[in-house]
Amino acid sequence: MKFNTIKLLSLAIAVSLVAVNCSDDDDNTTAPTEINFSGTYMQEDQMGRPAINTVFVNDGMKDTFNTTVPSEMGAAFQAAFQAKLEALSPAYDPASPEDANALGFTAEQFTGVLATDVLTVSLDAPTTFFDGTNILTGRNLTDDVIDVELILIFGGEDGLTNPEYPGLTSDNVAANDKTFLTSFPYLASPW
Amino acid sequence: MKKTKILIATAVLSIATFVAIAADHIDAPAVQGGTSDITDFYAFRGEETSNLVLIANVQGLLTPNATSSATFDENVLLEFNIDTDDDNVEDLVIQATPRDGKMYFFGPTAPAQTGLNSTIVSTSSNAAVVDITSYGASAIVEEFGGMKFFAGPRDDPFFFDFNTYTEIIAGNASGFNNPGDDTFAGTNVLSVVVEVPKSMIGGSGTIKTWVESKRKQ
Repeated sequence: MKFNTIKLLSLAIAVSLVAVNCSDDDDNTTAPTEINFSGTYMQEDQMGRPAINTVFVNDGMKDTFNTTVPSEMGAAFQAAFQAKLEALSPAYDPASPEDANALGFTAEQFTGVLATDVLTVSLDAPTTFFDGTNILTGRNLTDDVIDVELILIFGGEDGLTNPEYPGLTSDNVAANDKTFLTSFPYLASPW
Repeated sequence: MKKTKILIATAVLSIATFVAIAADHIDAPAVQGGTSDITDFYAFRGEETSNLVLIANVQGLLTPNATSSATFDENVLLEFNIDTDDDNVEDLVIQATPRDGKMYFFGPTAPAQTGLNSTIVSTSSNAAVVDITSYGASAIVEEFGGMKFFAGPRDDPFFFDFNTYTEIIAGNASGFNNPGDDTFAGTNVLSVVVEVPKSMIGGSGTIKTWVESKRKQ
């Protein structure tokens, strides 16, 4: 693309941006004269579910995990996740492959789900990581996702009611340090 | 970037690394603590239940002091990916990238290409811009086409006694303490929040979502 074309295009984009920017505080939005959105952007980090890379990906593979497209993650990482889970948690004994968590998932089944690091979100049901009824229908700000994950990692088959390793199934931090807003942008103001 | 700036950035980075951590905070050695380091991702039903809210946080563990000078990187594109047909390949993206104190949004729209490399779909008819809220100022929110937009520093919504978890993994503790100690208490992140009508991202059923950070080459 020639420079002039780029310039014109940028201008057109800038104009269209201003045109679509109907807001009630227009005095805050001065017209950008020329904005360049061209170029190729290459992936550096990605995330679906909380703490998956942190917990399940070994050092040395974390950058690779961050630059593997989700459709290829399962094949690339399931086996490594399973080995990591079995090393991490005595609730999954490699000698007893039928060992399962509160969802009824064995180590192989559980890591088969986790290795593809995308967040499943329901457009119909209430959204939550787990609220006692709905499972993995999204992630709310208030969801205690770490306890859910700890229960599924260390709790065994009856993790919700009678966990196998009770000292490991809750970090005993159940809420954020600030109250969330009920309206957009939902997040609390900064410290 | 000037040398002094780099030095300061390095100092801040080493401090951040020292405290280091968790939901996705610090999972990316190549970009750890940098401007493309994603700390967290949320997707939930909005106050208006026909809407879905998507939140991406970057640059974790900012002290209040560090927050006042933290900025989004104009060379970084944040991309919300939405898979509507259950194949773990994005069918729609919502892109966000800053220019001169404003955050520009494009989408939901079909990406020019799927995968690790992206171009900005600046021709999308779904486009909006919001002033990036400064530290200490009231949240600036823009609304357009049924969508809502915010960008700026917020309290890190993540909570976890990560330090004790680390001790357990290292074999120095046998379990969590009660009460626990939220490693993320008192720290901030830079947040991008988008609220979008569900009708624009599949309408009903189940979608798969994830967020990516991408750097201009």
